[in-house]
Amino acid sequence: MADEIKMLKVTIDNITIEVPQGTTILQAARQIGGEVAPPAMCYYTKLKGSGGKCRTCLVEVSKGSEADPRPMPKLVASCRTGVMDGMEVKNITSGKVTDARNGVVEFLLLNHPLDCPVCDQAGECHLQDLSYSHGKEGTRYEFKRRTFEKHDLGPYIQLHMTRCILCYRCVFVADQVTGKRVHGVLSRGDHAEIATHIEKSLDNDFIGNVIDVCPVGALTDKTFRFKNRVWFTKPVDAHRDCPNCKGKVTLWQRGDEVLRVTGRKDQWGEVEDWICNTCRFEKKHVNDWVIEGPTKIDRHSVISQGHYTGLDKPKETFSAVHGGRAPKLLMDIHSVSEVNRPGIALSEIQGPATSDTFNIDKQA
Amino acid sequence: MTQFSDTRLAEVRQIIDRYPEGKQKSALIPVLHMAQEDFSGWLSPETMDYVASLLQLEPIEVYEVATFYSMFNTQPVGSHVFEVCHTGPCMLRGSDDIISYIKGKLGIGVGETTADGLFTLKTVECLGACGYAPMMQLGKHYREHLTPEKVDAIIEECRQSVA
Amino acid sequence: MGRKLLLEKAHIPGIRSYEVYRREGGYASVEKALRMAPADVVEEVKKSGLRGRGGAGFPTGMKWSFLAKPEGVPRYLVCNADESEPGTFKDRYLMEFIPHLLIEGLIAASWALGSNRTYIYIRGEYAWIVDILEQAIVEANANGWLGKNILGTGFDCQIYVQRGAGAYICGEETALIESLEGKRGNPRIKPPFPAVKGLWDCPTVVNNVETLAAVVPILNIGGEEYAKIGVGRSTGTKLISACGNINKPGVYEIDMNISVEEFIYSDEYCGGIAHGKRLKACIPGGSSVPILPANLLLKTAKGETRMMHYEGLADGGFATGSMMGSGGFIVLDEDQCIVRHTLTLARFYRHESCGQCSPCREGTGWMEKILNKIEYGKGQLSDIDLLWDIQRKIEGNTICPLGDAAAWPVAAAIRHFRDEFEWHVNNPELSQQRNFGLAHYAEALTTV
Repeated sequence: MADEIKMLKVTIDNITIEVPQGTTILQAARQIGGEVAPPAMCYYTKLKGSGGKCRTCLVEVSKGSEADPRPMPKLVASCRTGVMDGMEVKNITSGKVTDARNGVVEFLLLNHPLDCPVCDQAGECHLQDLSYSHGKEGTRYEFKRRTFEKHDLGPYIQLHMTRCILCYRCVFVADQVTGKRVHGVLSRGDHAEIATHIEKSLDNDFIGNVIDVCPVGALTDKTFRFKNRVWFTKPVDAHRDCPNCKGKVTLWQRGDEVLRVTGRKDQWGEVEDWICNTCRFEKKHVNDWVIEGPTKIDRHSVISQGHYTGLDKPKETFSAVHGGRAPKLLMDIHSVSEVNRPGIALSEIQGPATSDTFNIDKQA
Repeated sequence: MTQFSDTRLAEVRQIIDRYPEGKQKSALIPVLHMAQEDFSGWLSPETMDYVASLLQLEPIEVYEVATFYSMFNTQPVGSHVFEVCHTGPCMLRGSDDIISYIKGKLGIGVGETTADGLFTLKTVECLGACGYAPMMQLGKHYREHLTPEKVDAIIEECRQSVA
Repeated sequence: MGRKLLLEKAHIPGIRSYEVYRREGGYASVEKALRMAPADVVEEVKKSGLRGRGGAGFPTGMKWSFLAKPEGVPRYLVCNADESEPGTFKDRYLMEFIPHLLIEGLIAASWALGSNRTYIYIRGEYAWIVDILEQAIVEANANGWLGKNILGTGFDCQIYVQRGAGAYICGEETALIESLEGKRGNPRIKPPFPAVKGLWDCPTVVNNVETLAAVVPILNIGGEEYAKIGVGRSTGTKLISACGNINKPGVYEIDMNISVEEFIYSDEYCGGIAHGKRLKACIPGGSSVPILPANLLLKTAKGETRMMHYEGLADGGFATGSMMGSGGFIVLDEDQCIVRHTLTLARFYRHESCGQCSPCREGTGWMEKILNKIEYGKGQLSDIDLLWDIQRKIEGNTICPLGDAAAWPVAAAIRHFRDEFEWHVNNPELSQQRNFGLAHYAEALTTV
């Protein structure tokens, strides 16, 4: 019989929870959720051995454990540090952590091209989120940025090494999901790069997952390349009967057109299941899929701006949050503007809305 | 065709025997050293693929290692590679002047090879000869306490060895 | 004259050969050790107070006692001969001139730790030393010190030499283990520590060459006797490799009870500053430890004579002190430019960063570029503060100590020689002049 798993008490940013032995600080913080969970650019729950490299999840351990209450001398990578009973951790409540994390973000952006306007990852890029939350408005780096040639890794995957932050996730995917690795990290130090050394294509049936795990726009889906911005597309959960994988995916649609297929991601950006190349690259028709319904998108995400369905309706009414006061109508905007017509569902609109979109009379 | 001699293959087997069963990947760096010695001083993709097959590794595992370590050349080099240290302790004792002298003497820059393919000049980081600075590595051995005269003699010696 | 335990016999003609080494009393410690219980050998090393000679100074006996001993799992001892810290060449000297001392120490330590396969991981550039060590191993095998059933104890042990291929980072013990497994030298994320999960996931101890060699005299004279040499927690003798602008660069064995001043100026050691010049600064423990200006090197901030031992060199913390580190003693004379010297070190660390974690991968290169700018007269005063901020954000935030090693030299150079950085900024046209006027750092200069 298996031993009973010991529960450990850990306090993160003054919130105490109990977690089973073997839980990392990061996982415990994710259980608390919200801002208490440190950002993670290289750690990926499903990938063994991942984490510890990007240093964005550094936290301060102000009390080691009940048994040994000494604080840890340095900030630690929360993704690779196990919880001890009675441990006290500071993430957003630590000035040291904020300072170090700002530094890490600056380092990650140092040689990053900041080509978000032409990057397919924009809108769902973790580095972009991080630079909004921790970045400076300008760079202190005044030297030529490091660049690499773009590479095609076969017919489906584009490698844009200049954007890479060397999280090694795609290397772990190749090792652990596809079983055969053709690409890897070559050279060292600030010359290190993801590459195949001699031009080779990545053609394992599950290799497309490297795109989903890439936290930045270094590995992108060539079948989606420059097709659209993610925030103009509408994500829906769908499935199909697939002989290779579970076939549970997210379709990114524009009207009836399926522009892109990805794995279903949780709130931390991690996929629920690996999906096969056939599902990802070849099933681009709505008829290929059974649609389950809109994908839940965090309302803070830019992706949520284009479609208002699938969101949780606030439980409180307007008057409740206003202490029982009914909203006062200052001006009926619909009577003065042609733009805001309540009769039009925004999610039905193809592309960015313009005043013409709403001008039903003229369209008719 | 890239292929070790039988004696070399026996050496490879001996190296593999140093490790527990199934850990032949550990032989990679020693075998890459051998390959670099035997196949014109550098590791071509073909050479690396051969080493991969010899040790039952994926080629990428070999490329990753070969490009990590500074002693492995993944581009062709001259017959004699001058690897001159220019880290702090050597700099304090005049390595900058020695490097300039070699550049002038051979008419090449750092990282370049002479037109006759005889000499390649590289600068390297600390080789652990700080007390005998300035110095360079030439093949298996160190040349220490370098002076312009010593450099002249070394160049001459290399020319003789080829002739 | 200080007591010598490691290099006492290094100059005896033929000591490299087994016959001479054995005639001079070699391998006595193995005879002694194999008659003791392994745990007692560990205890003896604990009593000696020996601290790791690779740089971190961690108590060796304690490290050994942490080694996990699960049933049926092999344990490994790995000797770290990847000596690559600028200024450090003591292990090379020891292996080159008295190789059997290391082999002897390794056998005794292998017995203590229960390692049947012991590896010496040596930096790839020391190619000829591989031959010297392998010859010594052949001789030790031929004379029954290695192989099966050593001295009839039933203990089997073999030592193998593994050559690296040019990577300073492989001196970090987990990077070394990765390299020994045939991989890139990327340090592992700890925990788990090698004592639990090391080489091929088995419990492993990694010790520096000098540390393992020191096991020989410890067993010969006894741990307690060894602990009497030196001062306080700095027990035994320490090899110092002295280089830079001194009259007698080389490897010296000190008993850690002499002053820095004596070490630099006495004829027994460095023999004073070369060409009759004055001492400007010194990095006393390998390039990553803080540089000290002459005034703080010879005397502590309290005005006491600074001693050459772990505590003495560290006196004053990083504000006014430095570290024993690996014992790489780099001396700078009055003509040397701190900015240029710091630039070469920053370049070194950028070159040697494995590239795994972001602060080190990006930060080391950034520091080098800014230092380059300042050195060549293109810097601004704000660059100095920027450098300070970058090193501060690297330090302590990386996977392995290379980040700290890259940050400390830059921090210390600015801390003690900020005026020299400013001088470069303010006198761009003179920035390449070697001896660019003494006024701005006169306080640091010392004549003895």
